[in-house]
Amino acid sequence: MNLNLYIWRQKGPDDQGRLVRYEARDITTEMSFLEMLDVVNEQLVKNAEEPIAFDHDCREGICGTCAQVINGVPHGPREKTTVCQLHMRHFSDGDSIYIEPLRARAFPVIKDLVVDRGALDRIIQSGGYISVHTGGVPDANTVLIPKDDAEAAMDAAECIGCGACAAACPNGSAMLFTASKVAHLALLPQGRVDAARRVCMMTETMREEGFGNCGNHYECQAVCPKGIKVHFIAKLNREFIKAQAKHLSGKSKKT
Amino acid sequence: MTLEGKVPAGPLAEKWDRRQQEMKLISPANKGKFTILVVGTGLAGASAAATLGELGYRVEAFCFQDSPRRGHSIEAQGGINAAKNYPNDGDSIFRLFYDTIKGGDFRSREANVYRLAMLSNAIIDQCVAQGVPFARDYAGYLDNRSFGGAQVSRTFYARGQTGQQLLLGAYGALSRQVGAGTVRLHPRSEMLDLVGVEGEAKGIIVRDLVTGHITPYAGDAVCLCTGGYANVYYLSTNAMGSNVTAAYRAYKRGAFFANACFMQIHPTCIPASGDHQSKLTLMSESLRNDGRVWVPKTKGDRRNPAEIPEAERDYFLERRYPGFGNLAPRDIASRAAKKVCDEGRGAGPGGRGVYLDFADALGLLGEENIRGRYGNLFEMYEKITGENAYRQPMRIYPAPHYSMGGLWVDYNLESTIPGLFVLGEANFSDHGANRLGASALMQGLADGYFIIPRTIAHYLAQTTPGRVKADHPDFRKCGEEVNIQINSLLSVKGRKTATEFHRELGKIMWDLVGMERNEDGLRKALRLIPELRNEFWENVSIPGSGTGLNQELEKAGRVADFLELGELMALDALHREESCGGHFRSEHQMPDGEACRDDASCCYVAAWQFRGDDREPELHKEPLSFENIELSERCYK
Ligand SMILES: Cc1cc2nc3c(=O)[nH]c(=O)nc-3n(C[C@H](O)[C@H](O)[C@H](O)COP(=O)(O)OP(=O)(O)OC[C@H]3O[C@@H](n4cnc5c(N)ncnc54)[C@H](O)[C@@H]3O)c2cc1C
Ligand code: FES
Repeated sequence: MNLNLYIWRQKGPDDQGRLVRYEARDITTEMSFLEMLDVVNEQLVKNAEEPIAFDHDCREGICGTCAQVINGVPHGPREKTTVCQLHMRHFSDGDSIYIEPLRARAFPVIKDLVVDRGALDRIIQSGGYISVHTGGVPDANTVLIPKDDAEAAMDAAECIGCGACAAACPNGSAMLFTASKVAHLALLPQGRVDAARRVCMMTETMREEGFGNCGNHYECQAVCPKGIKVHFIAKLNREFIKAQAKHLSGKSKKT
Repeated sequence: MTLEGKVPAGPLAEKWDRRQQEMKLISPANKGKFTILVVGTGLAGASAAATLGELGYRVEAFCFQDSPRRGHSIEAQGGINAAKNYPNDGDSIFRLFYDTIKGGDFRSREANVYRLAMLSNAIIDQCVAQGVPFARDYAGYLDNRSFGGAQVSRTFYARGQTGQQLLLGAYGALSRQVGAGTVRLHPRSEMLDLVGVEGEAKGIIVRDLVTGHITPYAGDAVCLCTGGYANVYYLSTNAMGSNVTAAYRAYKRGAFFANACFMQIHPTCIPASGDHQSKLTLMSESLRNDGRVWVPKTKGDRRNPAEIPEAERDYFLERRYPGFGNLAPRDIASRAAKKVCDEGRGAGPGGRGVYLDFADALGLLGEENIRGRYGNLFEMYEKITGENAYRQPMRIYPAPHYSMGGLWVDYNLESTIPGLFVLGEANFSDHGANRLGASALMQGLADGYFIIPRTIAHYLAQTTPGRVKADHPDFRKCGEEVNIQINSLLSVKGRKTATEFHRELGKIMWDLVGMERNEDGLRKALRLIPELRNEFWENVSIPGSGTGLNQELEKAGRVADFLELGELMALDALHREESCGGHFRSEHQMPDGEACRDDASCCYVAAWQFRGDDREPELHKEPLSFENIELSERCYK
């Protein structure tokens, strides 16, 4: 099939950027979306033109590196599917496809479809972990974890950190991302010890990084390639209120 | 030069303790004076950087992805082994050690593998403490599953995403140190050379992939945790960015490269669907617990699988290996699949595939149960192929997956360059000629969490902290050489893309240095690869410049190194006159087609020393001795 592509080209952070039209010819239904872009890029390189820059690595839907906005939707039209796992059989000959970078205040564009998602790392650095040193920990079976709790923690832990949630949100909020980490660790007994500190630090960093607040639009859940549910945001809110209450009653010092 | 493995004396089970006693320590007050450069933040690198940071060293950590959380380790699906013996099925440290040595076809160091088995339990404890949500049973205890090449259940897992969860655990620990200021993170940064000063590793040259700046970094020691090189075959299960550049450039600076030809070809991957194919997707080995592998008995039978009656199917693994059946180890299962396809009995486009059929298991257990076990894999299969494996058999084909070979290291994980340590898949150490499932994650984390913190201290204790600074003339020289290479790549301005060269190299490697090798083919590869390399340097096209983000330039630099590595692999494969593990030489097989290992003359590690672009590298041998187990034929019948 042949397609009309309108792709965002931007030389660098200071460039204005614009949509440029390309034709993708002889695309087969077995190709993945990124393989379709490979075909376009190969042709550009052969013509000594600069190829379209885009991020990708595993092409298996797990590393979270790829993320583009396809026809207005981060990761494109298929539910629970990253761009790299999206295949061309879901498009038809003659289709026009608009491809843009993830757009959020906290994700400046580096080039073309490549954005800087370092803000997500900084949210984790501010508290998205359990404070344990290597060594000196008890046997793994000392703490029993009910299967349902372990499964619920895993549901949250599946987040691949692609940032689609923030790009889909009208407020540019990274709430689903932050909530999934808060919930994953708060649901486990090991994670309770520093749960209050964690939720406070992470939400504070989220705000500082320029992400907005959750307005209950649920666009994040709709585009999440791992199907992470917004009820984890409710969990985050409960954790946050608990932490504030604890702080107010002076039981725990906020560090 | 004799290769000194530096294995401690004494009984196997006491060696690591003894080494720890012998080694020097650094006092807490002094650790902060030392800078350690950790290149790579996959499982090996993230665990190392985090732990070294916790201990108080100053750590600089580099990766080429935009975040450490995206390292290739994140792709691992199946699980991680440990000798916990929680299921009480007879496992022990010795048994894990034995299985790993035997699985590796007796081409690894006993002492290293024993230490790995010993540390395996502490890894699970550590990961649970970090909050890794491993699978649990209804009583709340950790659950285990079985994996190829073992008769006990010792594999811990987190759904089909064990690597992801382990890496997020290590990434959490690393992030905590970044927050604490002990580790400085350099994402989107690629190491392009190693700087040696007076024969010791004292720094690296790094290209910032966003700005294009070339920056020297000085340190008191360097840890390479840069992963494997299966992408030399172009198509592999590895992430697109996985490459050999850091390891290969260290090789060119004097680190020996060991067992380059030992490559694992994984039997259960989704077959390529055409020339546009950019990578191959692994379908977890665990599928072989319930799927049956078959092809039609008759050549060229193109019927729909459902129309092929039972009597006209060949369940070739069950037929040839009744003892292990569909669970035969990877190298054996892969070769068997290739053989039936070579006979013209393959399924799917181009006849490059075999069926993995769940019909019996679906009948026996019902769709619900199968969905419970493999739901995410069936879903992934459908996304990629558009086929529903509940209704028709999957098609699978072998694909390059894991490099057992890598930079040579001694028992302390130190390469032949003092101060250069190599961890994880990038080193050659623990898997011999074939790796068993669920053991790479274990090795990467053992190296990073528990081994390197001890052994690097011993090295550092004998040096003066901060002795070499990045303004040392050797850094300037090395940086200039990197610039020259980048500029020569950019100035070729040819007509073929780096990907085209990569694809051609991959084809040579797959056809001639792949699952089955022979002398003629290897000699041919040794002719073709340099030809292709010459053409590359005359005709590669890289638009754009060296400043700013230039993904074609990154790709071309990696392909340039693969074009040299491929030759080294062929050379290594040619010299090893035996068949063992992932290395199958058709001249060396039993009458029934099984691999024929030669312990009398080939029981050694082959370590290659670079001697210049125009000269053949020099081979050094580290003999392997087996004092605690008997060398035996590796039989899975
Ligand atoms: C699909 C798949 C499934 C697997 N499943 C399992 C499993 O179930 N169990 C198991 O035990 N093993 C499994 N493996 C193997 C295992 O995942 C890998 O061997 C292991 O994760 C390697 O870890 P590592 O830390 O050594 O390297 P990697 O995770 O590959 O990390 C390499 C790091 O080095 C960095 N890097 C590389 N080059 C440079 C450079 N020049 N400059 C700067 N940084 C650089 C990268 O950015 C990255 O951070 C699987 C492998 C694949 C491909
Ligand atoms: S490239 Fe890894 S998730 Fe798409």
